[in-house]
Amino acid sequence: MALLEIRNLHAKVNKKPILNGVDLTIDVGEVHAIMGPNGSGKSTLSYILSGREGYEITEGEIIYNGLDILDMAADERARQGIFLAFQYPVEIPGVAGLTFLKTAANAIRVHRGIDELDAMDFLKFVRSKASSLDISDSMLKRAVNEGFSGGEKKRMEILQMAVLEPYLAILDETDSGLDIDALKVVSDGVNNLRNDKRSILLITHYQRLLDYIIPDKVHVLANGRIVQSGDKNLALELEEYGYSKFSEVVE
Amino acid sequence: MSKDTEAIERTKSISEPYKYGFVTDIEVDLAPKGLSEDVVKLISEKKSEPKWMLDWRLKAYKKWLEMTPPEWQKASFKPIDYQDAYYYAAPKSGDKPKSLDEVDPQLLEVYEKLGIPLKEQEVLAGVEGAPKVAVDAVFDSVSVATTYRAKLEEIGVIFCSISEAIQNYPELVRKYLGSVVPYTDNYYATLNSAVFTDGSFVYIPKGVSCPMELSTYFRINQENTGQFERTLIIADEDAKVSYLEGCTAPMRDEHQLHAAVVELITLDDAEIKYSTVQNWYPGDEEGVGGIYNFVTKRGACRGNNSKISWTQVETGSAITWKYPSCILQGDNSVGEFYSVAITNNAQQADTGTKMIHIGKNTSSRIISKGISAGRADQTYRGLVRMQRGANGARNYTQCDSLLIGDNCGAHTIPYIESQNPSAQVEHEATTSKISDDQMFYCRQRGLTEEESVSLIVNGFCREVLQTLPMEFAVEAQKLVGISLEGSVG
Ligand SMILES: Nc1ncnc2c1ncn2[C@@H]1O[C@H](COP(=O)(O)OP(=O)(O)OP(=O)(O)O)[C@@H](O)[C@H]1O
Ligand SMILES: [Mg+2]
Repeated sequence: MALLEIRNLHAKVNKKPILNGVDLTIDVGEVHAIMGPNGSGKSTLSYILSGREGYEITEGEIIYNGLDILDMAADERARQGIFLAFQYPVEIPGVAGLTFLKTAANAIRVHRGIDELDAMDFLKFVRSKASSLDISDSMLKRAVNEGFSGGEKKRMEILQMAVLEPYLAILDETDSGLDIDALKVVSDGVNNLRNDKRSILLITHYQRLLDYIIPDKVHVLANGRIVQSGDKNLALELEEYGYSKFSEVVE
Repeated sequence: MSKDTEAIERTKSISEPYKYGFVTDIEVDLAPKGLSEDVVKLISEKKSEPKWMLDWRLKAYKKWLEMTPPEWQKASFKPIDYQDAYYYAAPKSGDKPKSLDEVDPQLLEVYEKLGIPLKEQEVLAGVEGAPKVAVDAVFDSVSVATTYRAKLEEIGVIFCSISEAIQNYPELVRKYLGSVVPYTDNYYATLNSAVFTDGSFVYIPKGVSCPMELSTYFRINQENTGQFERTLIIADEDAKVSYLEGCTAPMRDEHQLHAAVVELITLDDAEIKYSTVQNWYPGDEEGVGGIYNFVTKRGACRGNNSKISWTQVETGSAITWKYPSCILQGDNSVGEFYSVAITNNAQQADTGTKMIHIGKNTSSRIISKGISAGRADQTYRGLVRMQRGANGARNYTQCDSLLIGDNCGAHTIPYIESQNPSAQVEHEATTSKISDDQMFYCRQRGLTEEESVSLIVNGFCREVLQTLPMEFAVEAQKLVGISLEGSVG
């Protein structure tokens, strides 16, 4: 069953066309990877899926869980289970990571009709997820992303995913900037979250990530469209030949 | 309209933005309208004051007649008609009750509704060691109850209304009243000196650390009435106290004046922590109604090694005009000012502090966080003065402004005067906006627009909010969110 169906999606930013007819279907429980050159529209697609304002959708639709979500605000989509691990996580000075997580988790729990967790139970819950991601208590107490290293920010994004338990997780270059050990930690974290009710969309530049998190499908996004789809071997091909062969396809 | 904006609209329509806006229908004893020598005399008589007190009031009244309202503050409003207001309004339930059981139940209900239970019991029932808070409740012009008095008296702490202090502790009042803010100080302080009605009096004897938070809750109920609060807190040698005031008023479409004077005195090694959560009615979105909060608050660190710390969370009032200040006379004395001021819609605030360094090695710290939204306008105005004898004095000032939307304003006006070359003054200021990235990041995690703003602003103010006593910090955080409702989108 499809969790996400993107049909013929066209989008502009500041009058500039970025997406030029994206078609993509992700079934429940599947892991898909999107690869593509810089500037091809991968982050734009992730923002549009998660409801960021400022994009003009000129054609097409996005069906999530049977609902047309194009008119749904970002926070409503989040509560419906769409999660974005940001390519560039944002700093929120003065807001402790734990407070941020708790506020978010409770907003989503309330929406799902589950009781809110009190401070003590929540701390236990978070610690159980944090330790496997190598995240210490002191990191949780610090302000959200403030002064964190690139790798620390990425691990915090995966911790948030673990805590918020989304149905669709979009990971935008979560592997960029990670050292070899951290890549392993993060990949294990993601694999632990993989189950038959959760779909994951990985955006990456590196085939290496897909050795750790083995995708069901791989797509190439170039010039705002999916120009080729295949299995994990497609990533190996790309590693070898690059994207040059796709430039003609779109031009 | 998306589902989400619908949800916001719905919550807005059911959640009343200013939930303290109710009026209590209670029989009152009112002085005749307007201001005159007779009204001053009447107030003094109502409170059965001694002659010295009346004389002082009359001196102030005469002085006031010669003064003109200040115009330097960055706030604009129509001149106030001082003859069109009442200067004394008291619930008719008789003389001040002797014990809580005698307080008019209707008044107890008002405070219950405001979330200030006038009871003497563990705040968190059944929790061992739960913090206790003693409350002085001021309703329009009179104090209607003060809790935990007997318990505090056992250790020599005096906590009562200023009216009672004038009766029962005249030596202390005469010695200290007007010693920090003289009756000639400024237009509103002089007016207050003539017509002040009630407020709190605190005396902490030598060597005593007050075992509970003391607090005063000011409520304006009567229409067309000014409230002239007078508070005096003295911490004798090596004494410590933490004091908090809260304020609310009904929603009315006229402006009402709250002109308070607060004086703090610390002797050698003493410490006073004074926190304010000011939530007077701010007026409506168009700027109709709301309280004019024109206040003079000043503390004198008279003794060596003494400390005065002001924390204020200013979210209410149509206009706020106040500069809680410290006069650092004693050597090594410390002054602190932590402020969060939020102005939304048509609110105006001109607030800050004065740190006057007189003694050697005195130090002061100013942390001001200003948040402006809507069409609101806000000014931080602060003076740091290093006097000739202030060898080795230090000041650190940090003023941060956060703007929400494009139609509000924030201004920072620091005045620095140094007559001592060994004194150090450091000043930092920033202005920022809530970024779209921050908003989207929060909303992507499931927070509504308003929750996101509230979280980001609370983060911005954290340094200040964490100086509040625990019990009040949580309330203050909620208040920060509520006062910014409707400020985005
Ligand atoms: N707000 C904006 N205004 C103008 N152009 C924009 C805006 N946002 C994105 N773009 C442009 O859209 C294109 C796609 O950007 P996007 O960030 O989606 O690329 P990407 O595939 O994620 O690239 P990368 O691999 O470098 O992360 C780029 O050319 C970018 O400059
Ligand atoms: Mg990108």
